[in-house]
Parts: sequence; C-alpha cells; structure tokens
Amino acid sequence: MAQLKPSYPLAESDAGDALTSSGRRVTEITLAAVVRGEIGPGDIRISPDVLRQQADFAEEGGNPQLADNLRRGAELVAFSDEDLLELYESLRPGRSSALELEQLADRLEAGGAALCAALVREARGAYVRRGLAV
Amino acid sequence: MSTGPSLRARFYATRPISRDNLVPENAALGLIAFSSPNDPEPSLRIEDGRIVELDGKAEADFDLLDEFIARRGIDLAVAQEAMALDDVAFARVLVDGATPRGAVTRLAAGMTPAKLARVLALLAPVELLSAMQKMRVRRTPSIQAHVTNRVDHPLLLAADAASAVALGFRELETTVPLLRDAPLNAVALLVGGQVPAPGALTQCAVEERLELELGMRGLTTYAETVSVYGTEQVFVDGDDTPWSKAFLASCYASRGLKMRFTSGSGAECLMGATEGCSMLYLEARCLAVTRAAGSQGTQNGGIDGVNVAGSVPDGMREVIAENLLAMMHDLESCTGNDTLMSSSDIRRTAHTLPLLLAGSDFLFSGFGSIPAYDNAFGPSNFNAEDIDDYLVVQRDWGFEGVLRPQSDADLLPLRRRAVEALRAVLDELDLARFSDADAEAVVQAHGSLDVPALDPHLVPDAADQLMQRGLTALDVVRALAVRGFEVEAERVLDMLRQRLYGDYLQTSAIFTEDMRVLSALSDPNDYAGPGTGYRMSAERRVETGAVRQVWAPATLVAEQNEHSGCLELRELGPAARGTRPDEVVVGLSPAFAHTIWLSLSGLTVAEVLRQVLAGIEEEGASARLVQVRRTLDVGAIGSTASRLAGSGIGIGLQAKGTALIHRSDLPPLGNLELFSIAPRVTRELYRGLGRNAARYARSAEPEPLFLAESSEPLGPNYHARVVALVALERGSVVAGEPLEMEAAWPS
Repeated sequence: MAQLKPSYPLAESDAGDALTSSGRRVTEITLAAVVRGEIGPGDIRISPDVLRQQADFAEEGGNPQLADNLRRGAELVAFSDEDLLELYESLRPGRSSALELEQLADRLEAGGAALCAALVREARGAYVRRGLAV
Repeated sequence: MSTGPSLRARFYATRPISRDNLVPENAALGLIAFSSPNDPEPSLRIEDGRIVELDGKAEADFDLLDEFIARRGIDLAVAQEAMALDDVAFARVLVDGATPRGAVTRLAAGMTPAKLARVLALLAPVELLSAMQKMRVRRTPSIQAHVTNRVDHPLLLAADAASAVALGFRELETTVPLLRDAPLNAVALLVGGQVPAPGALTQCAVEERLELELGMRGLTTYAETVSVYGTEQVFVDGDDTPWSKAFLASCYASRGLKMRFTSGSGAECLMGATEGCSMLYLEARCLAVTRAAGSQGTQNGGIDGVNVAGSVPDGMREVIAENLLAMMHDLESCTGNDTLMSSSDIRRTAHTLPLLLAGSDFLFSGFGSIPAYDNAFGPSNFNAEDIDDYLVVQRDWGFEGVLRPQSDADLLPLRRRAVEALRAVLDELDLARFSDADAEAVVQAHGSLDVPALDPHLVPDAADQLMQRGLTALDVVRALAVRGFEVEAERVLDMLRQRLYGDYLQTSAIFTEDMRVLSALSDPNDYAGPGTGYRMSAERRVETGAVRQVWAPATLVAEQNEHSGCLELRELGPAARGTRPDEVVVGLSPAFAHTIWLSLSGLTVAEVLRQVLAGIEEEGASARLVQVRRTLDVGAIGSTASRLAGSGIGIGLQAKGTALIHRSDLPPLGNLELFSIAPRVTRELYRGLGRNAARYARSAEPEPLFLAESSEPLGPNYHARVVALVALERGSVVAGEPLEMEAAWPS
C-alpha cells in the first residue's frame, strides 16, 4: 500500500498512526487502559515526529516562526519537566552569566536540541551587549 | 444671584461617566495613543542578508526587542518591497474587501513596527473594522470566559465552568486570589468544563513557571499569561526577555500544549518606562516579538492597561488598531474586552460593540461568566450581570457573538453533574470532602455570596497534596471513571489525546463541540467582501433569537382570557344622532369587550369604561355608548362618536386604553385631548377625561390632565403587546355602521 502523505488535522487523517513519545499509538490510550494503570505520563507526551510534522504544516501555511517554535519544541520533548523549568529559569534576566549561558547551550546541543542551543547563544550575545549577563 | 455650580452642572457631576478619569495627552509619559513625536521614523537596512538598521536604530544600538525582531521577526524576502510601499497605498490594500488577507499578511511580515504603527494611525474607525472582518485568522469566531470566584470554591468553579460551556464559551480562564489554590482551580475547570460538551480549553493564569507546570501535568489545556512588553526596561522588569519567552513557548509546544502571548497598550505607562513612545508603536513592537518568538497568537487590546488607553484621546481606536495589527501578523487574536473600562454603561459598551460587529478569533479574552464581584481578575468589561443584554444585542445585530440563551432547565442538571463529578474526583483522590448541603447550594448559587463558607484550610491543603503527590490529569481521568463519570472521563482523556496529535498547536485552534479542530489551516477566514466569509447558519439564527425576553403570544391570550366577560355589551340597533345638548357619546373600538378585555395599563375595559362614564355623570352630562365597527383608529372612532352626540362632543376609546375627546367640527384625525400613552393612564385620568368631555359639552373650562412624570421606556416594555392587541382590533373590524350599545357590569 502506498504511503499516504500526512494531512492536517492529524487526528482526522492519520489517527491510527500517530505515535506518542513513548512509542505507543494514540489509539491505544483508552479509558480502560488508564483505569488499569497502564498509561503513564510518558504515554501522553507528544512525539518529536508529530511536532515536526505540525511544523511543516505551519511552514506551508506561511508561518515560519511558528514552525521554528514547534521544531524547538520537538527538540525539548526528551527533556524532563524539571529540566525544562530549570532551563527556562536560567534564561530569565540576571539568572546566568555569559559562561553559564554558553554551558547551557552546550548542554542543549548535547541533548540533540541544536535549534534551542542557537536560541540560547543568540540570547547570550544580546544579554552581554545589554548588560544582563557578564 | 447664586454662586457655585448650576443645578445642571451638579446633575452632570453625579453621572457615572464623571467617575472616569481622563488625562491630557502627554507624549513624555507615553500617554498618547498614536504617533508620538518620539516614535521613530520607519526604516530598515539590510546588508548581506542581515538587518543592520531597524526603525532608525543601528545594529550596535539595538535593544533586546530590536535585536530579537531583527533576527527572527521580519521576512527579508519581502522587506524591501514592503518598506518601500506608500503608507496610504498599503492602508487601502488593508481595508479593501476584495484584496485577500494573504496579500496583507505577506507584506506585513516584511514591515517594521514603526511602519505598521504609522499605517494603522491612518485608518478611521470603520476602516479598522472593515479590515478586521477580513484579517482575523479563523473564519468562525469564538469567545473566552473568566471562571473564578473570590474564595476559590472548587465546586462553584466546576459548576460555573459547566454553565460557561453550556452558554457557548470555548475557552475558560481561571486565576486565584491565593496562589496555593491554583492546582485545584485548574482541576475544577478541567472537570466542570467537559460536562456539557467536549472540547472546551481551560487555563489557569498564574506565574509563568507554575502555569507551565500545571500544563505539563495535563491539568490545563492551554496557557495565555505569557506577557511581553514594548520597551526593554519593562520587559526585563517583568522578569523575562524575548528569548526566555520564546523558550517558554517551545516548552509548551514540547508538551503539545496550546499557548498564546499577551500584551496590550498602557502596560508600559503603568510600569513607568515608555521611552515617550505612542501606545500603538509599543504594541507594534510587542506583536513583532510575539510573531518572532513563534507564538501562534496573542491576547491584546488594552487588557490590564485598557483604562490607561481609555484615558487619552483616540484610546479606543488605538485598542482596536492593536487587535487588528495582531491579525495582520497572522496571530490568533484574543481581543481583550476583559477589563471593566468605565463606570458608564454606555462607554463600556461603546468600547466593546465595534469589535463584536467586526469579529475576532476570541471576542473576549475573558467575558466574566461569573458575577463581577467573583472575578478574581477584577470585573470584566462584560460580566454575568450582562449576559442577557449581550444575548439580546447579538440578536439585534445578527453578529456571531458565539453565546446562546440558557434556562434553569438547561443549566441546573449540568451544574449538578459538574459538582458531583468534581466532588467524586476530590473524594476518590482523597483530597477534599464536601457535604450534600455544600453541593446543593453551589448548584443553585449565582455567586460565591450564595454558598456556605468553606474551612479556609480545605482548598490550599488539597491543592498542596495534589502537587506533592504528583497527581496529573491521568489520575483525574481514572477517578472520574471509577466513580461512574465515564463520559467526563472520556472527554478529559480526549483532551490529553489531542495534545498527542498537536493539531491545536496551529494558529487560532479551537475544538468544536464534536471535537473537530478549527484553526488557520482547517477553517481559514475567507472573507472577500459581501456574500463571503463566515455567516450565521439558519439553525444558529434560531438559537440566538430565542432569548429569555422574547414575549410569548400565549401570554396575551392567557391574560385576556382571565378577564373575559368583565363587561357585557348588548346591541340595541343602529346608532342614531342624538338631540340632547348635554349628551356625550362614548365610541368603543371594534374589539372592546369582544376580544380585548384588559387594557395596557392593567385596567380592565370594564373599569376604563366605568370611570369614563362616572366622570361624565359627575359633571351632570348624559352619556350614550356606541360601538364603531369599521375602523380601529381612535381618532376616527372619536370623530364618529362626536358626530352622533347631541353636544357634538364624543370620546374615542380603544380597547387597549388609548382615549381621546373629539368634537364634530374637527377633522377626523384631530382631537381636543388625547391619552396616547395608554400604559400610563390611571383610573383618575379616565375619570377626568369623562369630566372634561362633559365640560366641553356644557362649554365649561376643562381641567388640566397630566400623566405622572416618568422616564421609564415604554416602547420596549409594551410594543409586543400593542402589536398583538392591534391585530385583535384589526380582526374585529367589519363593514357596517356604528351600533347603539348598552353596558352591564357583572358583579
């Protein structure tokens, strides 16, 4: 059978195929499975592939910035809630030195988050120039 | 001569509008809506594919916002074409219905904040609205509710969330007086909001970090309070930078959660750092940052600062302009109207109505669905007190206001179900227990003043437990299911499933009540002039028409039937002209005591006639009754009566209560005295009318008769009845001469 090109909305066109970040099919997330305790938080987390697909839809729809955001989101799926809260905190004004921001970017890059790392490096430059980080 | 203010001046000082605080324009403080002398001249210079000058500032001098916008916010492929375009020429493209919205968004993507602000300053109010009709992203408008209460009562939040969804709200926003309560408020909306129908999105507006955590746990389904500001100083005072906000946006995306930014004029004034720029220019910077960060949308249009915008000349036009600018950036527009902007009902309505007519993705970023006193954000511009007014205005204009009338019969079962569902969840998760009396009071309540006080520790303790034990939406789903709320369990679970597809991360996404996603991609606004774009369906028109105030014609039949037979009229034969010089003839309308028994004043026709005849008798004149059959016009009836009267004086009496005195030598539509305002005529006045008719007959001086003073509106209260009664009169009209009648008053 020919591979169908995914179309928007995914819930209507592609329901059986969407996978969650744990690799489960969305259609397996049933009420019975939840009641039996078979579904964990990882099963209800969107997968990077789905986010990249949505990014493509956004790009085709004429919004490259939204697409970038969704691609950065795809990179961040693997990070834990605690990690994300901490990373966000580090980017707030006056929280991190230029060096710490560079290390943050390295950590993101090492975690497969190249776009996010670029965002942080861009921030680092601006923060230093505007006196928010030394 | 008296000194001090006149009575007129003192009266105006008591008007609600006099409590509004307005200020003179002051560019230095940023108290200027459009075009501050300190706004930069638009400019854009690109070297080697890199922006090196933006709105008069060289790269080395870029502040955080300039740099973020320059690196991420401007489409270099169209920038040169867009910046070279004449302001007026672009304004015309923007307003022209026949130019598709895509042509505008393409060019706007290449323009700087100063350029966009300058173009929008050119538009007159109706031009802004015309542009808005075309430029909003989603074809189908939607609406958001505030659902809060002053004590964070979770059961009341659940019941009010259910009421809000039943009314048609598709996004519900809560917040807390007490931050610790936030997780429980979020759960209350999550559960209550899914009771009437699937798919309403819910959020809890709190500090950024906690808001994100609630979303990650699945306790909310979108976020909105991601604030951005138009100057670097205020942005940093707000404890963020464009980059931290962009990262936050990506965090939400990584969990499949819808999110929008928020901004709005006046915020920079309130924070005391405007750089002397106009409100619209600063908002144009906010929106450029919002788009650059990849937020799908924004909440703007004054918001918390709307009263600042409202204090300067052109402030409301500026607020609409910033809503339009969000749409031009292809952002979901959640268009304010969420803060009470005036003490004057006229002025606060004038703020909101234009936007309702033009339409936006979310007409309100918080219609207060709860009483104003319960709104933890502070009163919204429209609140629960105003819902019926809103529904009637929606019916008047036929704009898509998204709400629908709901009766007790609709709402009470849903409120009860929401209360019981949340009660079961909190019990099952061992978080909190409530009595039957608490639950029933909440079902019936209008607001938190109607429910028994809770133990002050109950909500914060339960919320702490929820956080410490790491409970998530999955626990809520499980609790609902095991306690027999499978439908709600399935719906909450479906909200979790939706974040796995990511469809509602696209711009302007909402779910319909049958869980279809409407967004920029699946429901794009295709307005291109008359006959195009969103139009209300026939079913929707019927739904919006059925407001509580619609008067049932059966009411009239019932109230007339109740008095049927209160007066007996007997025909004596054709009426002849009388000869007694003291004789007044009372002419009755065709339906008088035939099909109409109760007049508009609430007096029966028997009582009206009794008073008129008593007045004639008091003045020593004699009276004769005739019933006119071929006309319902009170002038013609009175004229006919006068020509049959020996004195030449007649009274015309319509069954609905309109009455006049006529004289045979006057033209048919003339009269001597007229009671045209039938609802306000009293027994004493009908009696006085009879007396005056007798005095005219005797050539004596009539007494002055005046209605009591009142400024109550009459038309809105009585016109439905007038039309129905006139239809009954019309139905009794037959060809034929007037009949001589005899009246009896059964006891």
